[in-house]
Amino acid sequence: MSKFRFAPMGDLARGARALLLAALATTALSGAVLSSAAWADINVGVIVSATGSTAALGIPMQNAMIFMPKEINGEKVNVFFGDDASDPSTATNLARRMITQDKVDLIIGSCMTGAAIAIAGVANENGVPQIAMSPIMLPEGTDAWTFRMPQPVSLMAKALIDNMAEKGVKRLGYVGFSDAWGDFWVKEFDTYGPAAGIEMVAQERYGRADTSVTGQVLKLVASRPDAVLVGASGTASALPQIELRKRGYTGPIYQTHGSVSADFIRIGGKDVEGAILASGPVNVAEQLPDTAEVKTPGMDFITRYEAEYGEGNRNQFAAHLYDAVKVLEQAVPKAMETAKPGTPEFKVAFKDALEQGDPIVASQGVYRFTPTDHFGLDERGRVLITVKDGAWQLIQ
Amino acid sequence: MDSTIALFLAQDGITNGAIYALLGLSLVLVFTVTRVIFIPQGEFVAYGALTLVGLETGVVPGTAYLTLVLGIAAFCVDLVRSPDGRQPRVLITRAVSDLGLPLVLLGLSGVVAPANMGPWITVPLAVALVAPMGAYIYRLAFRPLAQATVLTLLIAAVGVHLVMLGLGLVFFGAEGYRATPFTDVSLSLGVIDLGGQSLWVLGVTAVLIVTLWYAFGHTLAGKALRATSINRLGATLVGIPTARSGLIAFILAATLGAISGVLIAPITTIFYDSGFLIGLKGFVAAIIGGLVSYPISAAAAILVGLVEAFASFEASSFKEVIVFTIIIPVLLWQSLRSGHVDEEEE
Repeated sequence: MSKFRFAPMGDLARGARALLLAALATTALSGAVLSSAAWADINVGVIVSATGSTAALGIPMQNAMIFMPKEINGEKVNVFFGDDASDPSTATNLARRMITQDKVDLIIGSCMTGAAIAIAGVANENGVPQIAMSPIMLPEGTDAWTFRMPQPVSLMAKALIDNMAEKGVKRLGYVGFSDAWGDFWVKEFDTYGPAAGIEMVAQERYGRADTSVTGQVLKLVASRPDAVLVGASGTASALPQIELRKRGYTGPIYQTHGSVSADFIRIGGKDVEGAILASGPVNVAEQLPDTAEVKTPGMDFITRYEAEYGEGNRNQFAAHLYDAVKVLEQAVPKAMETAKPGTPEFKVAFKDALEQGDPIVASQGVYRFTPTDHFGLDERGRVLITVKDGAWQLIQ
Repeated sequence: MDSTIALFLAQDGITNGAIYALLGLSLVLVFTVTRVIFIPQGEFVAYGALTLVGLETGVVPGTAYLTLVLGIAAFCVDLVRSPDGRQPRVLITRAVSDLGLPLVLLGLSGVVAPANMGPWITVPLAVALVAPMGAYIYRLAFRPLAQATVLTLLIAAVGVHLVMLGLGLVFFGAEGYRATPFTDVSLSLGVIDLGGQSLWVLGVTAVLIVTLWYAFGHTLAGKALRATSINRLGATLVGIPTARSGLIAFILAATLGAISGVLIAPITTIFYDSGFLIGLKGFVAAIIGGLVSYPISAAAAILVGLVEAFASFEASSFKEVIVFTIIIPVLLWQSLRSGHVDEEEE
């Protein structure tokens, strides 16, 4: 299915190491020698949803493991890879196992909202940094150890709201997933919409695997909206748009950054022409002005990823993993100045290094984490794009 | 809601209901003949749909290889298990049905897929690729358990479901697909346009239901199936090969599932895991029919489709809740009506 198969440290290798350690210990070597030999490695846990309902996001992320470096700052990087099968409780178990058994210094993942929230709980409890691959919202005080790569929904929502206000949209119809992703968008529009004079006149929900959205779309059309927002992700977000066009709705249709993938255009065909989407800059890296900081890493990602997985297969979820590697490469050396990987001090040092707020230039934006902002993105992390002649086109 | 909207919803509901009816009938058929609550029924829908998409896009679908692998496995298992099956004549028949058939289908897909041959070729081939799986799966997973309890059979069914789901992800990937419609024509009935594909769904379903009704009432194989479903032991005593009935039931179920799949593939986006939810709605219909009645199941399936369509208009957040809640009063009524039922009465 994919070229990347498994972590370099399998069970066998772990077993072998345990044996070696035992042998060394019985020959009465001192503990200090042991720790400097084996514990200086950087252990990274990666959890993605490679199977199950969120596999469409997890598989590209798994593909992007080709970007994981062999070593950082002269220390070997051991990767422990896990598939949470789009199941939060599996994600919890994986995270616990990685922390207690594999002694990971940090966890990257997961790409599914529910699973990422579950891992955040474990990370917070154990004081292990997490780089989440989903823009999860966490209750006040529980996200001390969680940093996110994807753009926060609010950042993207504001971009869409600005565009709507410009177009004079007053009445907005909404159709979204009946899950956390669908809820996020309603919440953001409830918060920022009224200030821009945008009222949500219909709020409909559907499931990712639903075979028909006729009822929801008829309700939307009946509420006579100026524009419609589809709060969904992946290929499933094309279904309401196709149905809307079929029912004669001609107004503008907005989609979220969850929909930005080549498969969306493949499924939607001519019906998704003209859709307006908030997106990370990586999908249109070629079209960005040369002055944009994100262009260089963006082009680097696209060139390397598409060389491996085929022309036109760029993918924002793979880009998030690429960016997580950028974060590691910048923050790990800094953390190693004060602590050794494998120690609790290193985890704190890693978190502190990130929170210093040095800009990390990556493909999806320039990250500047602070103790209060664990998303770290500003306007450089978003663009508006549209579908023109079956391809993505930059709007602003 | 005005009458136009109601008409649109009714059309949508009946189209979906027709698919649920096919699945509900398959579930009733499989359960009455073999006592298996056939959870993987929905997988055949996804397999059928995605196999069709594969053939259309010029790829030999993974299901073609899976059918061959299952055929080989069923052939080998039978070779080991049944000593009387080693006579040359039986062996040749089995080699043809277990090895020859999937090989021919695989060869055909290899020819058809790159040539882009249009729905009259790809659709029957997609169904033909998936249908034999029913037979092989029955022989591999369920026939050895023929005497087991309903619960054991259910667990086996869940196992088959999970295996097929996983293989679906491997074969087709995580993204959804749509097939090209069989036809672009649409029929204007007053205010609403009836899409050509919806007509196909309704027409094929009606033809299939009539065919099944005729087959069960008027053919020897159909009567044997009915006899097996009414009383397994009695059917065995009068000389009906009940294992063969099971085989036929599973082939029919897989065929109906695959047909449902190719019918809806052009209307909606199908994912590798879409089948489960569709199958579950068919299951609701089958439950309303008490897992024994074909006409009640078919009518209930249309009802499920209609409830779903109207619920998605009125309260889309609660659509699934509303659909699956239908089951509760039915179960209550049935348990009150029939009192205690011994699960293992035979």
